[in-house]
Formats: sequence, C-alpha cells, structure tokens
Amino acid sequence: MSIILNENSKVIVQGITGRDGSFHTKQMVEYGTKVVGGVTPGKGGQEVHGVPVYNSVAEAKKQTQANVAVIYVPAKFAKAAILEDIDAGIELIICITEGVPVIDMVDVQSVMKGKNIRIVGPNCPGVISPGKCKVGIMPGHIHKPGPIGVVSRSGTLTYEVVYNLTLNNIGQSSCVGLGGDPIIGTRFIDVLEMFMKDDETKGIVMVGEIGGEDEQRAAEYIKKEVTKPIVGFIAGRTAPPGKRMGHAGAIISSGDSTAEAKREILKSSGVQVVDIPDEIPAIFKNKL
Amino acid sequence: MKIHEYQACEMFKKAGMPVPKGRVATEVYEAVLIAEEIGFPVVLKSQVLVGGRGKAGGIKVVKNKAELEKVFGELRKLVIKGYPVEKIFVVGALDIKKEYYLAVTIDGANNDVVLIASAEGGVEIEEVAKTNPSAIKKYYLKGSRQLDQSRWAGFINEVFPSEDLREEGTKIFEKLLEVFFQNDCSLAEINPFVVDGQEKVYAADAKINLDDNALFRHEEFEKLRDLKYEDPDELEAKEKNLSFVKLEGNVGCIVNGAGLAMATMDIVNLCGGKPANFLDVGGSSNPEKVLNALKIILRNKDVKAILINIFGGITRCDDIANGIIKAKEQIELPVPLVVRLTGTNEKEAKEILAKKGITTFSTMRDAVNKVVELAK
Repeated sequence: MSIILNENSKVIVQGITGRDGSFHTKQMVEYGTKVVGGVTPGKGGQEVHGVPVYNSVAEAKKQTQANVAVIYVPAKFAKAAILEDIDAGIELIICITEGVPVIDMVDVQSVMKGKNIRIVGPNCPGVISPGKCKVGIMPGHIHKPGPIGVVSRSGTLTYEVVYNLTLNNIGQSSCVGLGGDPIIGTRFIDVLEMFMKDDETKGIVMVGEIGGEDEQRAAEYIKKEVTKPIVGFIAGRTAPPGKRMGHAGAIISSGDSTAEAKREILKSSGVQVVDIPDEIPAIFKNKL
Repeated sequence: MKIHEYQACEMFKKAGMPVPKGRVATEVYEAVLIAEEIGFPVVLKSQVLVGGRGKAGGIKVVKNKAELEKVFGELRKLVIKGYPVEKIFVVGALDIKKEYYLAVTIDGANNDVVLIASAEGGVEIEEVAKTNPSAIKKYYLKGSRQLDQSRWAGFINEVFPSEDLREEGTKIFEKLLEVFFQNDCSLAEINPFVVDGQEKVYAADAKINLDDNALFRHEEFEKLRDLKYEDPDELEAKEKNLSFVKLEGNVGCIVNGAGLAMATMDIVNLCGGKPANFLDVGGSSNPEKVLNALKIILRNKDVKAILINIFGGITRCDDIANGIIKAKEQIELPVPLVVRLTGTNEKEAKEILAKKGITTFSTMRDAVNKVVELAK
C-alpha cells in the first residue's frame, strides 16, 4: 500500500500546454505515472508528450476515467480549475499553483462541503508514492520505495529530507507536500491518520515551519494516536517575527507560531525533533 | 499588505459605515483647518503601520487651536518603533460610553472566515485572549458570505446587551463583511467600536490587511502602499521575483524554496554563524536570478561570505551554475562564495563550475561549515 496515490491512479494535467505543465507532464510520464490526459480550454485535440489534450475536465474524465487532477494553471485561474474538477467528480485534486488568493480557497472549501473530495495544496510540490506514481514537481530520482512516510509544509526542504533518507538506503512509502498557504486542503493530521492506517509505512517524518497552528494540532493528535516512530523538523528558528518568509503562511504572528514553541510541543508529544535534516536517517536505523 | 488607518477608514466610509469625521494632515495648518471644520475637541492619531502607537504616545486629544499646534508638532517629531510619524489623522473626539472589538479575519486552522467580537474593546485583542479568553466571541461563516440567521442571534446576543445595539452591531458586521470580501482582506478590524452618550455607534478605528496573493485583482491598491515601510532591497527583490528578508548576520544566503531557505539560516546559526538574510530564488531556473540575488546581498557590507544552497527540483542546477559564472563575469565578488548543489542536473552543474575552478559541496552540513568558517 501507500497513501493518496498508487499504481492505479489515473491523472489529468490542468494547464498541460503551459511551460510548467508541459515540463512536468514529461517528468511524470517518464517516472511511470499514468498521465491519461491534459486540459487546456481551446486546445483540445492537441498532444503534449504523447498525452491527449481536452477542452474541459468533464470531457477528459469521460474519455479517460481519470480520478486525479493536478493543477499548474496561473493563480488567477486556480479557483475555476478546482471548481471544474469538483463539478466533474474528480476525487483527488493536487494544486501546485502558488499565489492563489486566500478567499478563493475559502470559497472552494464551501463548495467541497459534504463531498468526498480531497484537495492537496495549493502552493505545494505534490505527492509521490515512490516506484508507483508521482504527481507534482518533485525530482523523482531522489526517492526510493520503502517504509518511511514523509509529510511537509515545504517543497525543497522535503527533497532535502528525502535525499538524506535515500542516501542512507531508507526508502519512502509516500511523501506529501501540504503547501505553504494559510488555507490548504490537506493538513498534517489528515496525512498522519493515513500513515497510521497504512501497513507499508513503518515510520513518519513531519517537516513543519513557523506560522499557523497546524503543528500544535498535529501534536495533540500524535500524543493520542500515533504509535509509529515519528521524527520532526521545524524550519524558521532564526526567522524574525512579523516577517513573511516566502510562504504566505510562514509568518510569526504570535508566541505559539514560533519554531521553538512548535519544537517544544512536538517533543512533549513524543516526536523526536532534530536540529539538522541529516540527523533523521540515523534515528530510523535504530528504530526500524 | 498593510494600509494606514485613514485609508482603511475611507474604505469603511465608502461601505456606509459610521466613522468619526476627519481627514489626514501632514502640516499643522492643514490640521487646524480640519479641526475647525469638524469642531474641537479633536483626536490627533499618528499614522504608523506598527502596533502599540497609543502606548507610545502617538494618540492625543486636543481641546483648542493652541493645544493642537503644540501637540501636532510634538507628534510629528515622534518615532514609533523606528518609524517617524509623517501623517496625522485628525478626527472628531467622541463621547465614549462603551468600547467593543469587532473584526473579520481568515482562520487558517479552520479553513474558514471568522467574525470576532468582544465587549472588551479598546485594548489589544491578544491581551484579552490571554487575560479573559471567555470575553472573545466567534462566529464562523462556514463557507457562506452571508450571516446565517439561525446561528447569528446566539452570537450577537452574547456581545451586545440591548436590542438596539444588536441591530447596529449586525448592520456593522454586514458592512464589514462587504469590505472584507470586496477588497480581498486578510483582516478587517474595528477597535474600538464606540457607543457614545447618545447611544450612537462609530467605527472609531480602522485596520485592514490586504491579501498579497489577491493584489492582482486590485491594481488601485498599489497607490495605498507606504514605501517607507518596505525595505528598498526587499522591494527590489520582489520586482525581480525573489523573496528576500534582511537579517543582522554576515553569512549571505541564496537558496531555492522558502522552507529550505529558512532551514539554511537555522543551520548557519547552529554551526556558529549568523545569517545575513533570507533569500528564496523561487522555483524557476532563470540564470539572471542568481545575478540579481548576488547584487542585492552584496549591498549589505556586513556580508563576509555567501552560501548558495540549491536543491534542484523545478530549478535546474546547471542553470544555477551558469548564473554563477555569468555573475562572476559581470560583477566583482569581494567575498568568498560557497556552493552546494544537489538534484536535477547536478552533474552537469558541477562540471560547469569545476571548469572555472569553483568547487561545490553535495551536503548542506559541509557547505554551511565551510561558509561559517570563511565568514569568521
């Protein structure tokens, strides 16, 4: 098993004819992901890296039976792209796009109510279940199938963690990038729950950062429910308060949202918190 | 993006909210004209984009022209948390009987918009949250943009004591929501919301934060930006699509990705150095970005060494390497450069740099140790 994605995931790419959409379609296809179609309104009938392009998600879904959509469209069209997926009955939407207005995501949340839909992102690197399926922008080759589940609010910092695991011959079950925005579709707790139910996942790494209170909520959950070994890293110990550090959500607005506060609460919940990502593999070597 | 009280007040007024009479002044004669028009006493409110201006002595009531002239001059000389007071909002003084706190904001943890009210207004809401959390009432929109009548009474009745005030409060919240959604705010706050001796209500203060991600929908907001509050280097970085924050240390950092950029600063610190900045070159692979990043960092004369830490995903390491070469040709580097490259096209990148005699590191730890040593 793995979480969120597996070898049966059939993916359509929204914004496939754009620069990023096209580049990453190629990368995903090369990795072995079943990219069954792409969507760009007005460009139906074309092909991108051998993938057929459709005018709408509904049409693409009808022709391909896709169950996953990945979004690379510009920020101003992201809300419409997500709503189109929801209308067409896509169950899993992974939104890579950065800079989506916060109120747009609030609106999306309200449309999703009561429907069995999962959104990952926006402003995220995507999800990979190594060896099975990669949906997003992460470099596939640094991953390797194995027992560790990785969940993170960051992109390249996740690669750093994964790279260190792989270098030490420790593979990953699935790696989930939650995204750096204040309103995101999937949060630490959702993924931790999935990792707990997933037999293939024997240990968990969570990578958090300053801002918000997701790590605090995750800590409460971990204390009660997480029985697998879990290691944490929190970025932003040297970040000044009140300054937005790249990610829209990465800003210290209260005492609770500092890196130190998050490290402490995670430690007290049984998470082994490291100072430098390259310390993570040794911890698992002792525990697995 | 933060805007000044007088600008936010204008938005409130446009939405039909009751605000005290007043205008902004930079010179004392303007303030006198405004005060005489609305009638003494008036309140002089320093316009700064930082909190705690009341405690810093930035808000004063004056009863007559002579007093105004004296106090205005004093306020104009005031520096609040490093920011000199340049504009003063002159507003009619209210006969305050009771103060409330009202706000609409994004609650990220709950993926919702929340309305917040407290009968303990006029003080910082963070203080109330600490000392008397039960005084803070919340109403979640639950995805709607309207108030749900079935739940609304339960909220508003807890905040206001009389039927009249509940009616006024409801009207104000409806207008505040209108302002919030129309302008893509991340916060719209009234503190205090004042009830005066005649039971009339006023939004006696206005605070609005705008969602940076939504600014593309509101070109008109660009003129509201107060450049004094923007570090010129940070502004230039933004123009060049780099994300930059200046810090106090001497190790310059150029990194791809916000999380890795923060982690790099943290590890520089742990290894005995002090980071000079946060800098995220972003996800794309334009070699020009490295040059721009180096130029901005080198303006900081404290910088003794620079670390380039790249984990290639979307960013291709060879593009970064070409950017480094190009930068070295175009500008003189007065400080040593330490390069760490891993990920997409790492091998090609290392070959490009090796030809020019630049050695690279594969791990973050080794690179950080090296740059910290060089900065000493």
